[in-house]
Amino acid sequence: MQKDRLANQGRRRFLVRAAAGGAVAGLVWNTPLAKLLAAVVTESEQEAPGPAYGFIVNIDRCIGCGKCVEACSIENNVPEGYVRTWVERYVVTDKGVHVDSPRGAIDGFEGLDDEIKRDARQAFFVPKLCNHCLEAPCIQVCPVGATFHAPGGFVLVDPEHCIGCGYCIQACPYGARFKNPETHVADKCTWCYHRVSRGGLPACVEVCPTQARLFGDVRDQTSDIGKIYTYGNWSHLKPEMHTEGMCMYLGLPREVV
Amino acid sequence: MLPDGSLVNFAFPNDTHIVWSLMIVIYPYITGLVAGAFVVSAFYHVFRIREFASIAHMALVAAFCFGLFAALPLLIHLSQPQRAFNIFFTPHLSSAMSIFGYVYAGYMVLLIVELWLTYRPHFVEKARTTTGIQCAIYRALMLGASCDTAASRRIDANLVRFLAAVGIPWACLLHGYVGFIFGSVKANAWWATPLQPLIFLMSAIVSGMAMLMLMYTVIIWYRKQSFDYVMIRKMAAYMWGFFIIDFTLEMLEVLYAAYENGHHWQVIKPLLSGPLFYPWVVGQVLILSVVPLFVLGIPVIFRVRDRVVLYLVNFAALLLVLQVLLMRFNVVVGGQMISKSSRGFVEYHFELLGKEGLLVAGILLTAPFVVYAIISALVPVLATPDKAAERREESPVAP
Repeated sequence: MQKDRLANQGRRRFLVRAAAGGAVAGLVWNTPLAKLLAAVVTESEQEAPGPAYGFIVNIDRCIGCGKCVEACSIENNVPEGYVRTWVERYVVTDKGVHVDSPRGAIDGFEGLDDEIKRDARQAFFVPKLCNHCLEAPCIQVCPVGATFHAPGGFVLVDPEHCIGCGYCIQACPYGARFKNPETHVADKCTWCYHRVSRGGLPACVEVCPTQARLFGDVRDQTSDIGKIYTYGNWSHLKPEMHTEGMCMYLGLPREVV
Repeated sequence: MLPDGSLVNFAFPNDTHIVWSLMIVIYPYITGLVAGAFVVSAFYHVFRIREFASIAHMALVAAFCFGLFAALPLLIHLSQPQRAFNIFFTPHLSSAMSIFGYVYAGYMVLLIVELWLTYRPHFVEKARTTTGIQCAIYRALMLGASCDTAASRRIDANLVRFLAAVGIPWACLLHGYVGFIFGSVKANAWWATPLQPLIFLMSAIVSGMAMLMLMYTVIIWYRKQSFDYVMIRKMAAYMWGFFIIDFTLEMLEVLYAAYENGHHWQVIKPLLSGPLFYPWVVGQVLILSVVPLFVLGIPVIFRVRDRVVLYLVNFAALLLVLQVLLMRFNVVVGGQMISKSSRGFVEYHFELLGKEGLLVAGILLTAPFVVYAIISALVPVLATPDKAAERREESPVAP
């Protein structure tokens, strides 16, 4: 199924390119431009597929230290009061679910009330971030195309083109976006594109002391993330949204929204 | 009551405040007034409902005045307003918002052309009979078309009818579209319903009619002229009919979610019994919908004296313009009160002086009336009852 998801994306891209290329070639057939276009299209189709990045969150490993949130905040200069990634603490009791994430858990968590501790029958931490969806609602709704898919699957915001309408913030089912009060444009996790494009890892992955966060090319079957992506029993947040997120969770309890 | 068995109010860390605030509340409100007022004018021009003769031109002028300010709240809301025209230059066509600029701009062009054709004979006559600055203004408005004969009036009249006919689906598109922008957001349980465009459209027509009714009454009362009760009774009937459809759709949306008892209701129920209890249940439904529903029914169903009709219709119209404004607030702000966490609510606080504050909203809602006053000083907007009676007898497009 996982392979199909990416294969479908590839096929769709190919079909779109083929249709567009065909239309353009039809128009400029037998012109010098035709040869140039043909060369470009052929070359791009012959290229080996690039990496398809994914992010795995292992719930069982997260200890809620909040170092990931802190690292992200420093690395990306995230303004006070907002987060690009955050950690939620869930305490499940017979009376209901207690969830909190003080300041996104940038300083970790404090102790719980005695009553909740007494009633707790399950407790866990859930790190969250932009899901970098293949069918991203934020990309769909951006009226000027300022939010886009970069090669590798990164969902990015072009701060030079964002008009600051906030439609993407409304459309994101995961609360991953916010309007940056300093730049006045939509802001969100980039999977640390600036680090990954230089061969590094996202800051949150780098600092996680328990490897609760994994990042890499899901097509690379020699890597842990590639194997988990292909064979692991992962799940999505809010699967009913059908956004085909590339952020996947291992051991996701049913209480998590 | 908190959603989804939550023991504490938990909103996602980025859901700290309402992103779409008062400007996005009044944007669909003003757009709705445009569409509603235009529909009234079209009732006369296209459907030949002659009772609306006295108010048809006023409806057109009012639609134009509201239209001038329909997109301004959007512009103010943008945090990069200098890039607003990118929607025209680089529209991203998968976005429901991307062609709003074209739909809105096209509609305004249609309105301006229709207005110009309607008032062209007046411009020609005034350019001939006035002097000085007045003459210069009318000559400029004439745009060089000084011909005014029976034949030219006939052509103008046919064009107006054609534009009014094109304008009806366009007005419906314009406002249905606004509803679509909200209704298609699957991430928001309070917005995501295919009924949203229809609800927006019906409420737009109701608000346009109600606002015209209030404007008409205030102007006639101020001028100490006699009221056109034939028109008022007709307006009451139409307003009642459209509001019944509107209110039914609004109730259906919630009843459907409640009966279905699916995941939407898990957050809508606590929303309506919590932060939206007073704005929606008490305000929008019980006071501002149920009351006008009965009040408007009285002059339609029973034989009531003219003066009583006037009071009842205007009382209902006042409640209805407020109902639609509150409905916009409850949709726009109410929907954002549900955190994407589905386990808590986001608080909303009114701002007074900020760019999305009450002051700016008040100015924007007042501005169309100021423009209306200026236009009505230049052209005869509201026909006197005698003139209206004449118009009812003649072709429904003669100015």
